[in-house]
Amino acid sequence: MDMLGKYKSCVAARSTSSEILKCSQDGGIVTGMFVYALEEGIIDGAIVAGPGDEPWKPQPMVATTPEEILAARGTRYNISPNMSVIKDAVRQYGLDKVGIVGTPCQIQALRKAQLYPVGLRNVTNKIALAMGIFCMENFSYQSMKQIVEDHCNVDLHSLKKTDIGKGKYWAYTNRGAVSQIPLKVTHKYEQPGCHVCLDYVANMADISTGSVGTPDGWSTVFVRSTNGDSIWKKAVEAGVFETKAIDGIKPGLELVTKLATEKITKNQKEVEHRATIGVGKGLRNPYI
Amino acid sequence: MSNKITLGHVHMSGCTGCCVSIADTFQGLFTLLDNYADLVYSLTLADVRHIPKMDVALVEGSVCLQDELSIEEIKETREKATVVVALGGCAAYGNITRFSRGGQWNQPQHESFVPISKLIDVDVYIPGCAPCPEVIRNVAVMAYLLLKGNDAQKKLATAYLSPLMALAKDGSRIESDSEACGCDIMLKVVNQGLCMGCGTCAASCPVFAISMEYGKPNIDREMCIKCGACYSSCPRSFFSFDVCGDYENILGAITAAMNPGGN
Repeated sequence: MDMLGKYKSCVAARSTSSEILKCSQDGGIVTGMFVYALEEGIIDGAIVAGPGDEPWKPQPMVATTPEEILAARGTRYNISPNMSVIKDAVRQYGLDKVGIVGTPCQIQALRKAQLYPVGLRNVTNKIALAMGIFCMENFSYQSMKQIVEDHCNVDLHSLKKTDIGKGKYWAYTNRGAVSQIPLKVTHKYEQPGCHVCLDYVANMADISTGSVGTPDGWSTVFVRSTNGDSIWKKAVEAGVFETKAIDGIKPGLELVTKLATEKITKNQKEVEHRATIGVGKGLRNPYI
Repeated sequence: MSNKITLGHVHMSGCTGCCVSIADTFQGLFTLLDNYADLVYSLTLADVRHIPKMDVALVEGSVCLQDELSIEEIKETREKATVVVALGGCAAYGNITRFSRGGQWNQPQHESFVPISKLIDVDVYIPGCAPCPEVIRNVAVMAYLLLKGNDAQKKLATAYLSPLMALAKDGSRIESDSEACGCDIMLKVVNQGLCMGCGTCAASCPVFAISMEYGKPNIDREMCIKCGACYSSCPRSFFSFDVCGDYENILGAITAAMNPGGN
């Protein structure tokens, strides 16, 4: 299994916009990229995790203005089924060039949908930019609520930011308090479907990004497809991002590779374990 | 071009939506017919009365058990075609004809409809109602590569078609009675601990029977028409890293195949 997938280049990067960085998760790569692509006409809208009807519950939305994209900044650490609105983006919003951000599994879903577009007539050829985000696992909204409210003792209404890093789950409140719990405690609340996932850094995205490997406020960026490469180069040339070669960065690709290997090895074992979980009977393996 | 494959469209009990879908590729159908396939049989598009020998039969519609001609023709199709493709939800899973209990004007005795795989072995399934024109195009190009391509192309086509062949193999088992509806998403994905909430099933459903509630599919079973789109588009029904990981090359090859002049 290829741990980091195919890529044309890898850099440390962050947005040059202080407005974007104010509320972005790390380097503001996805937000910066979509705002730039929207302004340049590379996309005419993007599927992002917008605000939902409960605190910290994401709602997939088709953003067609920079303001809407900015409003969707940051990681929510619970599920936003972004693929669910892909048909709406084309049919209801009339977009010809769709941007989409997704976790590795969502990008896998997108690529499968492009190759086997079973119920998506005239939709999948309109994907202009797929941004992938690194992902170790995800939580349902109810699990996230359980972790933040029960374990971290923080009301979701007063939560300012959550983060996973340095082996801990972090909850920051609007009034400046910080609550942290060992990441270990959160494991049992993980979404079961994540345990068979064999992709950590969104290997099939045009461009994938995440915090791991780079210092606070920066992101690691893999530029993967020909399409992604061409858009990334234009964006960097236009001064949308500040970049540094990944080679000199600590902890750099070594940590990304380590975590990817850990995730994929563990989940590969889970796939094998599932096959013999019963007495002479097993569970389904989706990978063929 | 002598290297073309022969293709037929066999019409069972279906609404002709699948046939429309074949033609709904703008000039794509002309490209296919100019370069890769001769349409040797099609009730609506070719003036041929009897099912001839052919490489690939695209069968639309389910089989009505009270219509003897249908039973004869589906058996003849199996005999005459090297590859039988169940095109669309009705042929593959019964789809909306699953709800028939007869009584309709002017053949009220026509009450029992079964997917074609109940009577013959089927090689490839293309689910959906109607199946998306692009997936028909992709399968057509891959079928051509499988029959007429070089070794590398045959390998690619096999990898691409395998999951659709596996769906057909599963449907062709005598004891198989796949629901081919939102239930499959529950039984084979969520109940199996495989769902990760991407929402592709909800987007693929032609009748909007699936909504995502708290990151998981919620299926309105009264709405579901049993076309099989949700399950087959789910990345956790089948997923090949070799095929999907090579999406750039494959989509590029299909685009190139559909633009033989380079336009």
